[in-house]
Amino acid sequence: MYVYRSHDQQLLNERVAQFRDQTRRYLDGQLSDDEFLPLRLQNGLYIQRYAPMLRVSVPYGMLSSTQLRALARVARQWDKGYCHVSTRQNIQYNWPALEDVPDILAALADVEMHAIQTSGNCIRNVTTDEFAGINGKEIEDPRPWCEIIRQWATFNPEFAYLPRKFKIAVNAVPDEDPALIGVHDIGVQVLQRDGETGFRVLAGGGLGRTPMTGEVIGEFVPWPDLLAYLEAILRVYNKYGNRDNKYKARIKILVKALGAEKFRALTEAEFAELKDGPMTLTAEEVDAMRSHFSAPAYDAIDDQPPALQDALASDKAFNRWYHTNVTRHRQAGYAAVTLTLKKTGRAPGDITDEELEAVADLADQFSFGEARTTHQQNMVLGDVRQDQLFTLWQRLDALGFATPNLKLLTDLVACPGGDFCSLANAKSLPIAEEIQRHFEDMDYLHDLGPIDVNISGCMNACGHHHIGHIGILGVDKKGREYYQITLGGRGDKTSRIGEKLGPSFDTEQVVPIIARLIDLYVEQRQPGEQFIDTYERLGIDPFKERAYATDH
Amino acid sequence: MPQIIKDGVVVEDTWIHLSNEQIEQDGLPDSGDVIVPLSVWQAQKEVLLKRDGAVGVCLAPGEEPAAIAADLPRLSLVAVSFPAFKDGRGYSYARELRTRYGYKGEIRAVGDVLRDQLFYMHRVGFNAFAVRADRDIHDALNGLKDFSVTYQGDANDPRPIYRR
Repeated sequence: MYVYRSHDQQLLNERVAQFRDQTRRYLDGQLSDDEFLPLRLQNGLYIQRYAPMLRVSVPYGMLSSTQLRALARVARQWDKGYCHVSTRQNIQYNWPALEDVPDILAALADVEMHAIQTSGNCIRNVTTDEFAGINGKEIEDPRPWCEIIRQWATFNPEFAYLPRKFKIAVNAVPDEDPALIGVHDIGVQVLQRDGETGFRVLAGGGLGRTPMTGEVIGEFVPWPDLLAYLEAILRVYNKYGNRDNKYKARIKILVKALGAEKFRALTEAEFAELKDGPMTLTAEEVDAMRSHFSAPAYDAIDDQPPALQDALASDKAFNRWYHTNVTRHRQAGYAAVTLTLKKTGRAPGDITDEELEAVADLADQFSFGEARTTHQQNMVLGDVRQDQLFTLWQRLDALGFATPNLKLLTDLVACPGGDFCSLANAKSLPIAEEIQRHFEDMDYLHDLGPIDVNISGCMNACGHHHIGHIGILGVDKKGREYYQITLGGRGDKTSRIGEKLGPSFDTEQVVPIIARLIDLYVEQRQPGEQFIDTYERLGIDPFKERAYATDH
Repeated sequence: MPQIIKDGVVVEDTWIHLSNEQIEQDGLPDSGDVIVPLSVWQAQKEVLLKRDGAVGVCLAPGEEPAAIAADLPRLSLVAVSFPAFKDGRGYSYARELRTRYGYKGEIRAVGDVLRDQLFYMHRVGFNAFAVRADRDIHDALNGLKDFSVTYQGDANDPRPIYRR
């Protein structure tokens, strides 16, 4: 992974000093609430329902075991002993005290971590496929490009006061969208043409109040021009994005209002000026970045070693876990293992200090000292020898991280919701828990197959409800919590916005309605069809009919 | 006389910054350097240039540098106003003035101009800052020194870190 050079560390130390001084001036009354607001947000600090929330950046989801241990220490020393993996691969703390935040940032800076631009109307953390660099289907490792973009975006002086937040994701897998680039403000698709790397650049995707998928703005941007092209898009957005109404301020609204043609013309005009200028990437810089992500010292071993085959044949539980939670690796003899952070009764994505330390130990022992966070609020050990999978599984099982439910209905994604977040209209965690309890039968779950369920407590869509096969959105109706259900969203092979089922449901109706939708799928599915396939074949009407039928 | 930060030091401000209302009411002063709104400049270019004193134009959000691109050789100063510091359009305007139009004169940030934005403002091309009157201008000066490391090129040095 990326290892800081001395200037990176210097910058981080200066940031800690800057924020320490800003916090002091705020507490002294020299900075008003309004003036401190964007400063703290650009350092990931929200004021939430009970306490501030601090969002720590995990660039494109990569964590070292040293960083995991530091996150554990922060959770123990300054929070209530746990933290939360967010849907943009970041780590959130829900209970730090405002005056402690400079010390927390200093502790994080010691392990090359920070909270820079994890919130606010600026360029946020760059995200990618959680299997980046190990996914056999990818064209090349997207992480060097992510890091190049991260550095360009970090404290970019021109784009710190954008109309609204701005999220960039990079994907290097053809014909799939594991990084959800279709629903990002900018999506970067790595391509290759005649042996040269380039990028298809999408703009104007996003979830939130007006969900939409992005438009292709640049068909093929040669790699030396990547940053110049991104800068051109950002400049157009900074100048022309709506600043009067925050609900119309995302770039998606601008792209929609202008139309892709006009937006492209404005971008190309800016780009023409930047092209071949000093922003042009150099082969040396790209090579230097690539060298940070070179493959670890893999052993020369074969796929499906006898130790694995024996364990698969003799242990049913291991076998089941292997088929759900283990992902193919580009390197022979290795595999990627997903730890689902979806224990029933606990907020999806939550992890305690001791668990973080346990994951750090496992990363050291089994995966070259690295782990990854996923946008589905899980963690990944990316480089595990196949002949060690059984041993690792036993260790994970003891920790409660071997629930074989990856991508199944109970591996659901949820924002913290009304229990923590002051923006939320409704709670999301109790709904998540009820669903997990209702569908706890593992045989049934496996029979149902992959189903993405995403829950957001409000329009801001932190739980990505629009792209869930089943999406659940909390809404407020005259002070009561209701839930709107959408179907057919996708965040897998492609990014697609789900369709509303109909009028929203009372809290206690949510699980029974989902059970009806699942029943219909089971009745109607054809051999080999997943929930989303059946939905796409049948359309929404039969699901609507079933959900609102009065004879049930 | 009010003070501003210019080229890294606190100096007396020798310019008279006029609003539309002031000009409508009292007309233009006979002499002295004046900063006028874009609309006044566009309507009274010749009058302004014949006066005894230099002319600066103030761009509000939504008024892009393109509107004065041809006039830049005749302008000693361009002010960019920030009615609210969170409106970041002015950052792109300053950057364009320097890099697209090669403007070498003073670019001054006016309005809601505060210490914690100065570092970025300086990087996009502002070299003068009319810090909000209720704030300590000497304290604001510290904002120019927040960081010694930058990744991107900027208006002062176009080379990103990988070309330095």
